[in-house]
Amino acid sequence: MIRLSLILAFLLSAVSARAQMEIQEVTSQGGISAWLVQEESIPFVAIEIVIDGGASLEDSAKRGVTNLMMALLEEGSGDLGAREFQEAREGIAASFGFNAYDDSISISAVFLTENRDEAMALLRDALIKPRFDTAAIERVRAQVLSIIRSDAQDPNSIASATFDAAAFGDHPYGTSIDGSAKTVAALTQDDLFEAHGNVLVQSRVYVGAAGDISAQDLGVLIDDLLGDLPMDGPAFPSRVDFGLGGGTTIVPFETPQSVALFGHAGIKRDDDDFFAAFLLNEILGGRGVQSRLMREVREKRGLTYGVSSYLVPKTLSEVYLGSVASSNGTIGEAISVIRDEWALMAKEGVSAVELNQAKTYLTGAYPLRFDGNAKIAGILASMQWTGLTSEYIINRNDFVNAVTLDDINRVAAELLDPDGLHFVVVGQPEGLEVSD
Amino acid sequence: MRILAATFAVFAISAPVLTQAEEVTTFQLDNGMDVVVVEDHRAPVVVHMLWYRTGSADEPVGSSGVAHYLEHLLFKATDTVKSGEFQRVVAENGGSDNAFTSYDYTGYFQRIAADRLPLMMQYEADRMNNLVLTEDDIATERGVILEERNQRTENSPNALAREQMRAAQFLNHRYGVPIIGWKHEMETLDMDDALSFYELYYSPNNAILVVAGDVDPEEVFVLAQEYYGPIPMEPNLPERFRTQEPPQTAERRLIFQDPRVAQPYLTRSYLAPERDTSAQEDAAALTYLADLLGGSPFTSALGIALQFETNTAVYAGAYYDGLNLDDGTFGFTIIPSEGVGLQEAEDAMDAAITNFLEAGIDPERMKALRTQLKAGEIYARDNVGGLARRYGAALTSGLTVQDVQAWPDILQRVTAEDVLKVAERVLNRNQSVTGWIIPSREVFQ
Repeated sequence: MIRLSLILAFLLSAVSARAQMEIQEVTSQGGISAWLVQEESIPFVAIEIVIDGGASLEDSAKRGVTNLMMALLEEGSGDLGAREFQEAREGIAASFGFNAYDDSISISAVFLTENRDEAMALLRDALIKPRFDTAAIERVRAQVLSIIRSDAQDPNSIASATFDAAAFGDHPYGTSIDGSAKTVAALTQDDLFEAHGNVLVQSRVYVGAAGDISAQDLGVLIDDLLGDLPMDGPAFPSRVDFGLGGGTTIVPFETPQSVALFGHAGIKRDDDDFFAAFLLNEILGGRGVQSRLMREVREKRGLTYGVSSYLVPKTLSEVYLGSVASSNGTIGEAISVIRDEWALMAKEGVSAVELNQAKTYLTGAYPLRFDGNAKIAGILASMQWTGLTSEYIINRNDFVNAVTLDDINRVAAELLDPDGLHFVVVGQPEGLEVSD
Repeated sequence: MRILAATFAVFAISAPVLTQAEEVTTFQLDNGMDVVVVEDHRAPVVVHMLWYRTGSADEPVGSSGVAHYLEHLLFKATDTVKSGEFQRVVAENGGSDNAFTSYDYTGYFQRIAADRLPLMMQYEADRMNNLVLTEDDIATERGVILEERNQRTENSPNALAREQMRAAQFLNHRYGVPIIGWKHEMETLDMDDALSFYELYYSPNNAILVVAGDVDPEEVFVLAQEYYGPIPMEPNLPERFRTQEPPQTAERRLIFQDPRVAQPYLTRSYLAPERDTSAQEDAAALTYLADLLGGSPFTSALGIALQFETNTAVYAGAYYDGLNLDDGTFGFTIIPSEGVGLQEAEDAMDAAITNFLEAGIDPERMKALRTQLKAGEIYARDNVGGLARRYGAALTSGLTVQDVQAWPDILQRVTAEDVLKVAERVLNRNQSVTGWIIPSREVFQ
């Protein structure tokens, strides 16, 4: 028996791409909650599980262990070795994804209704009873080391690594979740079991599901799937301030086009001004070719194929980032245009017309996000992880529309810090000065 | 089964109702434009896609990249619309849009609330015929595509190596020229290049409209007739003819050296038959062959031989690229494990291929692949945009709606014997190119 508590069940016909998308909040008998959009027209189900924590929980000496551990969940569990597990999975045409991030991990599953029990039995073993066989560890370790070697020669990865190290130092955010060649080489089977016990924990689980499954069946399913995970994990590391001041760093690399990653401190996701900041960024560098940065750097001057900016509110710090790529001979001009635009918007803000256009776009585009079972399941899980209620879907466009010109221009002055903007440039930029 | 109402005959004298399976409806306008409607009423959203049967392989000699360049320029002004206005209108209506160019097609699409379909048609039809370019557009956008080439190709040793591989694979066919263009030719593209290409190929009788989502086919027909119907057909549209490959009689090998290569790897491609109308059986068998040899690392022949039974490679994969107007390619990529040389890895790959051909195919593997392909059709129904692309890409590559709809069944009927037969024919070293991609010659020491 399961105890179903359907706290909410609203019709979102006005907002959602799904003509009548109804979110059911399910609590299983075991006390695990999940959000479900039941949609029976295609006989398959998508489930997304987000677990708070992620690679930030790991010890710096064991950097990369969460990433390696997650990659090994599909490499053998219970009675099955890696190949047997995959043969069983392929035989029922289910797909599973296991991913590690800074502040969370995610597990995705897509399976046909007719294969639900077999698919969930396999996934359960992968989550609860991973084997971490030595041969699998060595094989996947070699793959991770290969990625680390490739990243060391990739301009975009070099830019990220340089920027993160300068901004966050010894904090987990300061290094790649892949780990270094040295830390990954040293990881042991015990380390992997320990990371598994630390990261896959019930009290931090958020579940989203969409497709051909009832609330009742989902309740049973999540108890089976997750009920045997340990309850709690280790404490989170402390917050970290963005530690990089304004300036330009150049990492010499022989390649025809320089790539630049730039940014300064950002804004919290639960800040009262987050929606104003979100709209501000949309106008500055978020909205593809419609943004000011794209207009000035690409459309008017032909200096780049793409320039964009984005708010990154992490759990333990907030960043406002952007990226651009331009030939070694023109990257200096591109950067100078970006700095000017940053300063102009900080000083003069946006116009009423721009604000209105951004609102129309964001509110119109929102319902179109909810297309496809896997996408809906992903949105449902990440909304819960972010701390939003399911009413958020109904109110979200009101939050966007509530931002006034005064709000956004006040936030422009507060958030945008032209002098604090730091560029990390990888390439052979011409006529660009290094500064701190 | 949906039967289109007889009223269609009123609108379209020469518009036969071609086919109808599941929720796909097709018709043709008087000016030769084909229309495909894929219905999905789960959400009030529509994908509006316009495909031209023209891609980089149709470009004049010396103007490589012009198809893609023109694709960029189509976002500039027309007689009545300002530069960037269409994109702004799409965004203001909450939609998203983009465009893409391949060897055989160029396409434009918007995804937006279903009731905005007429607006999309109005703008898309307008830019088929009324583009107005300035010299400033020509210069600025040429800068943009050169930076795009920098980003995608010049900054990536893997992309540069792929370009050389294709150039070596296709001696006489335009598939050997990169879609984005050779840099030295891109630098010379001008107003005349763009406009002559535009005036010839951007015509209704060279276009396929695919509308997918929450729409009624009859309404789509009426709208298409209203917005696209008045555009005159291009009488001089040339027959699609590309110089074809001669029989390849000698194995080709290349070494691509770039200090930015992080680790040496090898890649091999073979000329392979593509999906042809009413003749997709070989392509279906090749689809299985790619999966059996190098699909899943856990269950494919190369994965097992090079990653499980031996520690030869960190990656071993196969691909088949069969959705083209002309010849396709079949190939392998192997990233050797640390300490394993390229020759050793290549020998191991060839030995694994030989073993596969000699040992015969495990019926269980065939069954598993059939199951996955069948399930793939169910999953595909969740993404109506993907279905729309499927029709657009097929119809611009010489296939028909019937071919697209027959494909899943043809895949289900492939036997192990079919796979081995096509493998014997295609996996011939004399019609292959093998590339070694290395950081420096020191790897040979």
